[in-house]
Amino acid sequence: MSIQVLIPTPLQKFTADQSSVDLEAGTVEEMLQALDVHFPGILARLTDDNGKLRRFLNVYVNSEDIRFLDHQATVLSDGDEVSIVPAVAGG
Amino acid sequence: MTTTLSRATFTGLRCKECGHPYPASALHVCEDVCFGPLEVVYDYEAIRARVSRASIEAGPSSIWRYREFLPIEGDPIDVGTGFTPLVRANRLARRLGLKHLYIKNDGVNMPTLSFKDRVVSVALTRARELGFTTVSCASTGNLANSTAAIAAHAGLECCVFIPSDLELGKVLGTLIYNPTLMAVKGNYDQVNRLCSEVANTYGWGFVNINLRPYYSEGSKTLGYEVIEQLGWQLPDHIVAPLASGSLFTKIRKGFDDFIKVGLVEEKSVRFSGAQAEGCSPIAQAFAAGRDFITPVKPNTIAKSIAIGNPADGPYALDLARRSGGTISSVTDEEIVAGIQLLAETEGVFTETAGGTTIAVLKKLAEQGTIDPEETTVAYITGNGLKTLEAISGVVGQPHTIEPQLASFNAAWERAQSLQRASWEPMGV
Repeated sequence: MSIQVLIPTPLQKFTADQSSVDLEAGTVEEMLQALDVHFPGILARLTDDNGKLRRFLNVYVNSEDIRFLDHQATVLSDGDEVSIVPAVAGG
Repeated sequence: MTTTLSRATFTGLRCKECGHPYPASALHVCEDVCFGPLEVVYDYEAIRARVSRASIEAGPSSIWRYREFLPIEGDPIDVGTGFTPLVRANRLARRLGLKHLYIKNDGVNMPTLSFKDRVVSVALTRARELGFTTVSCASTGNLANSTAAIAAHAGLECCVFIPSDLELGKVLGTLIYNPTLMAVKGNYDQVNRLCSEVANTYGWGFVNINLRPYYSEGSKTLGYEVIEQLGWQLPDHIVAPLASGSLFTKIRKGFDDFIKVGLVEEKSVRFSGAQAEGCSPIAQAFAAGRDFITPVKPNTIAKSIAIGNPADGPYALDLARRSGGTISSVTDEEIVAGIQLLAETEGVFTETAGGTTIAVLKKLAEQGTIDPEETTVAYITGNGLKTLEAISGVVGQPHTIEPQLASFNAAWERAQSLQRASWEPMGV
């Protein structure tokens, strides 16, 4: 599946300043692995020692938080947009 | 680096999770290591050397009497924010069976009648110092009001983002300051996500995103003021609304700051949080004994605190637990009743967030979770005039009469009999 991943500013140092990258991945987990193949080192920033997404990071598939979907096992379809967003406060 | 300027008492930023250091610039997450939130690092020895109870009491009647504890370098934007009344709430206390209850009334904060004026005054002062000319925010309403107003005062360009379903008072109360207002078709969490992406590409100072470490420090003043207004003492128990969880944890940090520099004696304070049942991810985690927050999709009239994915939720959860407090939620009906109860007993008209706080206060008092002997402070964070929709239909109608004594006499008699019919013997 060809998907587009939106990269937040703090991670763009890994992606040669690209704010979005196109990848082949069938799930969010596969997307994380594919990102690391293209941009070595990025996975260690996104996940903890157990391979789980860091708790202050939010990942959305087409605007839906993956915690409302199937977390890292969330299935991706062709043309999906995945965005990675660090948590913010406010109100 | 600019932080060597004379009056600054802060030295940089650091990750709250892993401790990794960062310079005092427009950064908000630990981008080199773990994406944890960044917080301001102070030189407490320098603060201790500069402040005393007397020096604070001689300061301005605003949050800037505590400027040594706030992350700014030069002159603040002072629009009279802070130092709001701490009201001894005897009638409400009697109704709830408590003895020492106080209301911290930020519904009359300046300039826009919510606690957000505190955080925005700090954030925009810092934004100006960092060279931003356009400021922005993602808001559930109150923050939009405040950012637009204080930006106008400071002559900063302003573009703010809100969910499109907000109360009219919050929308008009933002537009009047003539910012660019984006009403996003989605809930607050979606607005926030969009703003994170905007912040990535536009060079704006987002008060709750890239200025968050400075912004959130403004809430500490709600801790300082209560200590000072209680005669330089800590309360025993506080009850505050929980949205992102930031306010709650910063009140604690305010208490800790004063203990650290010797302005107040240390003692334990219980922290209890209030959420609306229709958006209660932190209360749910508390009840389930979880140490992580599962996001929810908000559905409540308490829009100002309707954050389904609270960034500081884990910290709020931890604070409630280790302080011996609790986190509880109430229904929309209880929230409206809470607004009415506070108005009828204390003459304070709060918005839905305050109704949530009072409803939870009532619940905890009835359950015996609050000891009647405890000095308890309930934080009222916003003004009821902004959310009139919430109470229209439940507060009755005026008696419309002719400009004649006979018409008044008849209406008065009707009013008296109506009142007798609804009279409850528990009234105070």
